[in-house]
Amino acid sequence: MFSYYLELALRSLKRSPGLTLLMVLAIGFGVSASMTTYSVFRAVSGDPIPWKSSQLFVPQIDMWGPAGRGADGEPPNALDYIDAVALMRDHRAKLQSASYRVAPTMEVPGSGRHPISISGHAVYSEFFPMLDVPFAYGSGWSVDADTNQAAVVVISGKLNQKMFDGQNSVGKTLDIGGKDYQIVGVLGKWDPQPRFYDVVDTGGFDTDTDDVFLPFTRAIAVNMNNAGNTSCNSNPAEAGFAGMQRSSCVWIEFMAELDDATAIQKYREYLDGYALAQKSAGRFTWAPNNRLRDVPAFLDNQHVVPSDTKVSLLVALGLLIVCLVNTVGLLLAKFLRRSSEIGVRRALGAPQAAIYAQFLTEAGIVGLAGGVVGLVFTALGVLGVGMVLPKDIAALAHVNFSLLLLTLVVAVISALLAGLYPTFRASRVQPAWQLKSN
Amino acid sequence: MALHPILAALRKHKSGVVLISMQIALTLAIVCNAIFIIGQRIDRVNRLTGLDEGNLFLVTQQWVGAPSGDDPAGVEKLDSMQKEDLVALRTLPDVASVASINSLPLLNSSSNGEISLKPGATESKGNTRTTFYFGDEQMLSTLGLRLIAGRAFNTGDIQHHSFRDQTEPSIVIVTKPIADKLFPQGSAVGKVMYLDGGTTPTTIIGVVERLQVPGSGSWTNNFAYNATLEPTRIDHNYARYVVRAKPGRLEAAMRAIPPTLYKVNPLRVLDDDSVKSFADIRASAYRADIGMAILMGVVCLILLGVTAAGIVGLTSFWVGQRHRQIGVRRALGARKIDILHYFQIENLMIAGIGAVIGVLLALGLNAWLMQHFEMDRIPLAYVLVGLVALVILGQVAVFVPARRASNVSPVEATRAA
Repeated sequence: MFSYYLELALRSLKRSPGLTLLMVLAIGFGVSASMTTYSVFRAVSGDPIPWKSSQLFVPQIDMWGPAGRGADGEPPNALDYIDAVALMRDHRAKLQSASYRVAPTMEVPGSGRHPISISGHAVYSEFFPMLDVPFAYGSGWSVDADTNQAAVVVISGKLNQKMFDGQNSVGKTLDIGGKDYQIVGVLGKWDPQPRFYDVVDTGGFDTDTDDVFLPFTRAIAVNMNNAGNTSCNSNPAEAGFAGMQRSSCVWIEFMAELDDATAIQKYREYLDGYALAQKSAGRFTWAPNNRLRDVPAFLDNQHVVPSDTKVSLLVALGLLIVCLVNTVGLLLAKFLRRSSEIGVRRALGAPQAAIYAQFLTEAGIVGLAGGVVGLVFTALGVLGVGMVLPKDIAALAHVNFSLLLLTLVVAVISALLAGLYPTFRASRVQPAWQLKSN
Repeated sequence: MALHPILAALRKHKSGVVLISMQIALTLAIVCNAIFIIGQRIDRVNRLTGLDEGNLFLVTQQWVGAPSGDDPAGVEKLDSMQKEDLVALRTLPDVASVASINSLPLLNSSSNGEISLKPGATESKGNTRTTFYFGDEQMLSTLGLRLIAGRAFNTGDIQHHSFRDQTEPSIVIVTKPIADKLFPQGSAVGKVMYLDGGTTPTTIIGVVERLQVPGSGSWTNNFAYNATLEPTRIDHNYARYVVRAKPGRLEAAMRAIPPTLYKVNPLRVLDDDSVKSFADIRASAYRADIGMAILMGVVCLILLGVTAAGIVGLTSFWVGQRHRQIGVRRALGARKIDILHYFQIENLMIAGIGAVIGVLLALGLNAWLMQHFEMDRIPLAYVLVGLVALVILGQVAVFVPARRASNVSPVEATRAA
């Protein structure tokens, strides 16, 4: 029966090519606009570490007090040096790492070659196992290296390619900021987006990956400046990088792995206890106002998904709805034009279900055709937004199999939905009335 | 023409009428809001920076193995390195002037703080937010700022200190919005204020008409033109120089920068982004806004196209359906123009109903967007223009099928359906 309906549908669609083309294009446009904006939304709202994001937590401590809080009563989104180091020393989570952004210079061996600037983060040894950072060669450094302020470095695959042609460079040295660092590990491909371990400095997205990771303790020891944001609620009392470390200026990110509800609860209690201890020591004069959010909650709190992306998606969905309303109208016109044909079929004994099957098949074909057109437009659309959106976001939006499949599915489902009411009307055609009037 | 027959006919195909007016209403709601977004973005992009932007470019460079600047000797060393660079750049043939500077409008790298008329005012409430620009005596002339009161910095004014040194300057120049806010009565020149909750008084020596802050995001909206200029060279392991090329010599001047600086001191980093024209800085700052405007524009075009096509399609269907009735009317003496008018008025009514509902939807959608996103209230003018535009769109779309209807011959009346 289905092939018969298919044939009927094709014949009917061919009879009014203009109207058919209009419906196919409307669905194609509506679906592709939605899918294009969705591809951007999907890229920026994704979970960068889905298997572990609910175990990774960002602690926030209120070191500024009521005067420094925003309207929402939130403490700063980063830590000052004093608190970050205290949290590291107390070591209450299974794994944890403070980190800050660095941008040292690096000598490039060979005569006549100018030094280059590299980007990276100063982190603790637990950073790598905690974030499941993939290594191509070697590994992270040991806890001892943290303690000894060792001159070791983990480099990205990209920097390894540039400096060592992608060969295993573990054991070799790099001259960073005028000092030699021994390479202990080379990363595999690692470019998590959003950049969850440093939302504060990247705003969530970054076109450049980190070239190097070096021990936090070492970076502090050699006065490697913070290359990320610094926020102060009052000017540091003492000058220089050392003065900064004794101030309440926030510039350090922190992440802790807490595997179960008990661990989370204990860590919350620890943070509150820490804030209370600071209060009794006279450093804070207010009640504890800490936060402990897991990665998805923190990304949400920091508004990592740009509101432009959300508004575009909503507007595009509105466009899809208009296209569907349009299709409902056109299908209605098309189906009711064939009232007499329906009348004959009904009079010859076709049940309402058969009418439903026939006309929904027709709607489905329109949807499928719209979907195919939509595939082309979606591909063009993603290409187009790549040219107009900010580079850090544009780089993330891409066409893949699941997006294409979704385009087709959404097109067919929307067409079927649009076909429901016209089909209902068609099935209600009274055979007697139609036969009489003709 | 009597409206009664049209209304009677409309009642015959309610669902079609409802669908078209719904489509028009939704289209109006979305298009109004989308165009409002486009308008806002265009306004943002067209904001003046206060700079004379042509022929302006920025050099950002970093020294290798430079002193940290945490001790006085290091600061002096860094300052002499910076002065060497400035001298070398100022002698280039294609360069008109050069100033040391910490940032530029739209660069999104800024140092911000607060101004108070009282010493030691650490509570943010009542303070005036500002961004700080640090530069030397050539800063104002190189940027092309318009001084409207007082005087510019001269060579004797210029101090220098480390990046992390928070010493308040004894004199500054402020922008007009700051001067107007702090001293609504009378001139700000010669008046005293306090920076960042400090207790050292700072005297205003001049007022510039306009200078935008470096941050281009919406977080700077409430202090977009509050800038304070300090007569200070900042000494750090990196330095920025703003350069004005001689007219028409921008590219030549930009090309000459890396070799000149490497000649002064090869131990430094200059990469692809180190020499950037102000046009490029502006383009990257507003890329998101322009992208959003284009996206909204494309959506509007598709929406209007689909809606117009929908009207053509459905009206054509109605014309086909009523061939015989049209023939009868023609046979009874209706002129072609009467038939044309019939369909035009019918469309006017449907589009009118849709548009009125659309106006309400547009305002509702705007209110919802305001609640959930950073969005302003849509001016009524946008909605009214949208209403008129959609009614006109309806009339244009209906014209072709309506004219086909008017060409139906009276003889149709005699033919069987």
